[in-house]
Amino acid sequence: MNTQETIAAIATGGSNSGIGIIRISGEEAVAVADRIYRSPKRKCLKEVESHTVHYGYIMEKDEILDEVLVLVMRGPSTYTGEDTVEIDCHGGMLVMERILRAVIRNGARLAQPGEFSKRAFLNGKMDLSKAEAVMDLIQAKNEYALKSSVSQLRGALYDKITGARQEILHEIAFIEAALDDPEHISLDHYPEKLGAKLRKLEEDLIKLKDSFQNGRMIREGIRTVIVGKPNAGKSSLLNLLLGEERAIVTDVAGTTRDILEENMNLSGISLNIVDTAGIRTTEDQVEKIGVSKARAYARDADLIIYVVDSSTSLDESDEEIIELIRERKALVLLNKTDLDAVTTEEELEKRVGHPIIPISAKEKTGVENLEKALKDMFFHGEVSFNDQVYITNVRHQRAVEEALDSLKLVEQSVRDQMPEDFYSIDLRNACDALGAITGDTVGEDLVNEIFSKFCMGK
Amino acid sequence: MPVVEEYCDIVVVGAGHAGCEAALAAARLGMKTMMFTVSVDSIALMPCNPNIGGSSKGHLVREIDALGGEMGKNIDKTFIQSKMLNVSKGPAVHSLRAQADKAEYSRSMRKVLENTEHLQIKQMEVVELLAENGEITGVKTYSGAIYHAKAVILCTGTYLKARCIYGEISSYTGPNGLQAANYLTDSLKKLGVKMYRFKTGTPARIDKRSIDFEKMEEQFGDPEVVPFSFTTDPEDVQIDQVSCWLTYTNEHTHEIIRQNLDRSPLYSGMIEGTGPRYCPSIEDKVVKFSDKNRHQVFIEPEGIHTNEMYVGGMSSSLPEDVQQQMYRTVPGLEHANIVRNAYAIEYDCIDARQLDPTLEFKNIKGLFSGGQFNGSSGYEEAAAQGLIAGINAALKILGREMIILDRSEAYIGVLIDDLVTKENKEPYRMMTSRAEYRLLLRQDNADLRLTEKGYEIGLISRDRYERLIEKERQIEEEVCRVEQVHIGGTKQVQDLLMELESTPLKSGTTLAELIRRPELGYQVLAPIDPGRPDLPKDVQVQVEINLKYEGYIRRQLKQVEQFKKLEKKKLPPDLDYDQISSLRIEAKQKLKEYRPVSIGQASRIAGVSPADISVLLVHLEQYRRNQEQSGR
Repeated sequence: MNTQETIAAIATGGSNSGIGIIRISGEEAVAVADRIYRSPKRKCLKEVESHTVHYGYIMEKDEILDEVLVLVMRGPSTYTGEDTVEIDCHGGMLVMERILRAVIRNGARLAQPGEFSKRAFLNGKMDLSKAEAVMDLIQAKNEYALKSSVSQLRGALYDKITGARQEILHEIAFIEAALDDPEHISLDHYPEKLGAKLRKLEEDLIKLKDSFQNGRMIREGIRTVIVGKPNAGKSSLLNLLLGEERAIVTDVAGTTRDILEENMNLSGISLNIVDTAGIRTTEDQVEKIGVSKARAYARDADLIIYVVDSSTSLDESDEEIIELIRERKALVLLNKTDLDAVTTEEELEKRVGHPIIPISAKEKTGVENLEKALKDMFFHGEVSFNDQVYITNVRHQRAVEEALDSLKLVEQSVRDQMPEDFYSIDLRNACDALGAITGDTVGEDLVNEIFSKFCMGK
Repeated sequence: MPVVEEYCDIVVVGAGHAGCEAALAAARLGMKTMMFTVSVDSIALMPCNPNIGGSSKGHLVREIDALGGEMGKNIDKTFIQSKMLNVSKGPAVHSLRAQADKAEYSRSMRKVLENTEHLQIKQMEVVELLAENGEITGVKTYSGAIYHAKAVILCTGTYLKARCIYGEISSYTGPNGLQAANYLTDSLKKLGVKMYRFKTGTPARIDKRSIDFEKMEEQFGDPEVVPFSFTTDPEDVQIDQVSCWLTYTNEHTHEIIRQNLDRSPLYSGMIEGTGPRYCPSIEDKVVKFSDKNRHQVFIEPEGIHTNEMYVGGMSSSLPEDVQQQMYRTVPGLEHANIVRNAYAIEYDCIDARQLDPTLEFKNIKGLFSGGQFNGSSGYEEAAAQGLIAGINAALKILGREMIILDRSEAYIGVLIDDLVTKENKEPYRMMTSRAEYRLLLRQDNADLRLTEKGYEIGLISRDRYERLIEKERQIEEEVCRVEQVHIGGTKQVQDLLMELESTPLKSGTTLAELIRRPELGYQVLAPIDPGRPDLPKDVQVQVEINLKYEGYIRRQLKQVEQFKKLEKKKLPPDLDYDQISSLRIEAKQKLKEYRPVSIGQASRIAGVSPADISVLLVHLEQYRRNQEQSGR
């Protein structure tokens, strides 16, 4: 029951690309590959050196499926820790699927989502935060998310958390040592020192906790809502950004009654855009629902894009929208700059504190300015993932929050002038919470959670 | 040659603090018990410090008492000074320590043993263990006599191949010049037991008449003594107490030590055994804490009827002449006459990882062990293990389930788990920091934690158990009551709060809320609580602790809940670790070698990583599911 079945899957994304990789992992990996691989020199893969590349064909009966390179890597120095074979083939979906089917017919079974990582984890090839980063990597929708996952994989999060955890451990050790050897280790003035240290640690953890918001936006995209009066050009803007006609565009105000949701990628930043029915007082039942939905979306959004028709004047509905976006992250797009301006940039500036970007959805101008404004707003002008650690995982966020709560309780104990031996209860909790991220604290709940996540797929 | 041949249930080898508890527990559980000692006159001997208890050790004594052991009762009968330590800290680290009259302690314990039914004391050296097919069958003595037994408990202390050393002088004796036991080690080795060699030491004893106490600080006992045993009437321990004395070493002392380090057997390589880091000799302290210009020295009486004084904090194995010079640099000891020299002692003990948490050898069924033989140090640690070994040997013979206390239940649990799970390269000493859940494992609630267990085992009387139930009820009721007592801002209340330097009330509150204020407590609020029932002091203490530290206790209970989850995951004894392919090789080796009883214990083995534990968890889960499926 402990012998692991051999598993296989297409390791590259599910779209057409230049090259595709089929990965096979498990005891039988090399044997399975041997059954479908033909070398011009009649080589047998089971006889080749580990970590070598071999040219040849993938055959099904007498038919050549593809001309390929085969990488043979024997465990434990592989990603999963098991014997692994990778078949580099031509990237067409059809070819890849046919090769995968051949692999499966010859003794492997289709891998469950995340199963390679699960095995890597089980074989001690990665700690929990790395395993989770892999999950994020698989789920990553854009290149920034990819980079963030990669940096987590390399252990930036791990290093950060481990650092904080070590500091807490150090304090625990000091208190315990002083309790056991009061003659040589004094706790005089220690509470004040600890207090200062706690505040510093809390600051670091708060930064990490807050990064979750960014982390989520990176991974899942920025929840964006486009609002504006009817016929201000919201749908045209959406179409412009998407580069295709998705929303019905007419010059009759109130055409968009449904909420349109789109995921789009603007120079690497992922936006989940919701186009809403224009906000205005309406008697039409269908449109009414759309309007109230739009308001609800606007409340939950990371970003509100407020489209203003520069060819008309601001009215009551605009007032309502300006109220809605006050204190929120928002961009104001002054649309229809191709027409004569009735509402000017200067006029708007007096009313809203948000960046104002003139565009013309019709003429397709101003998009670059929009992109720049987005980057400024969300990633401080520079999307750099090398020196910044993002938390992208809910479990990690919860653990950091738990650690923070515990540290605050320690601070409270210091303020209440509790005896020092009380500090260690909550310090230990903080330490364990952080350990749950790095895998240093083993809880069965955690393991269960991780594995259910692995098996549920993405 | 015809030899004596006898049958009994349990043989206990050794009559020190472990041996005494083991023999008493076994005999009290109805086992025909034979206790062997090299000298009946040295039963329950205290060859080192003249006190029982102290930081975290006091907890052990109270736990021993709650389980039905003897140590607490015996020190209550024979103490000459008593003190609750660390009262300025939290209740978790309060610890009771009593100075013993050594001779009285020993005599009193001997009297108890001699009058215990089913127990026979025998002065004779045990030289060989008799075993068949990995199961113990009895022992053989130096005289050739054979004692057949169903279980044997080894409590040999520091006697196995003992050697006492100071300077260039060494003698092959046990402590106090008593006869060493030189044969048993070989018998153990033949049975495949892995042995270690440890060392420990003791300071000199000085003639009281040669000490100038004027130069020292007098250390008094507590005005109101708290007894160790939950069965002792507090009235009975309010006695006239003797004093101890505090003085300090100085640079001059340290200079003498440094100059003569090359003559210390520790540094010359004459001693090979490993000494305790937490009970260091004065040489070690001077070397390790070279920045400290003084160390504490406690002068403690060895008893009422002797002039010998123990020099606490200055154990040593330096040569006699250096010892004399060194001690005489200490203020008050300028003219000190040494009665007994300080010495180090080396002895054989075992790697306790060969034991199950029941203290039975994994590979020799029916063989149990406790005390310094298991690599611990200290009277209290020894007694605790002796008690558990005695209980389990008896339970096993009775066909009952043996007991294991876990780390969240008792310091005894922490002690034994550490001994049998972790590699101890030096004598193991109990310390507060070793207990993760110490707020729950207080000395004041040892009876609440363990009396029921003691009753189930059969060492606690029905009467005592019922008294405990009553105590629990009183605590619960009183906590409930004060939660509901409403306190308004009357003049009487405000005046009392002002007097106690507490903020006056702005609006009404409950009595419980006031008790929770750091500067207030249960007792000081009595004047504004007219409906208060007349409750025993120990009940009042529990009520206050439960209220005051409620939040901390709740959080610690949560930690215990997490801990128990892994503790409850039992590892099948026949689990084939080689079959779990994803375990690292080092982890496989350690797990095969130590066969932990639970995932929790496995997680504490050095060399088993958190990743290995995840693997084990997943494996167990798969195993469980497979069992379930095949069961369907």
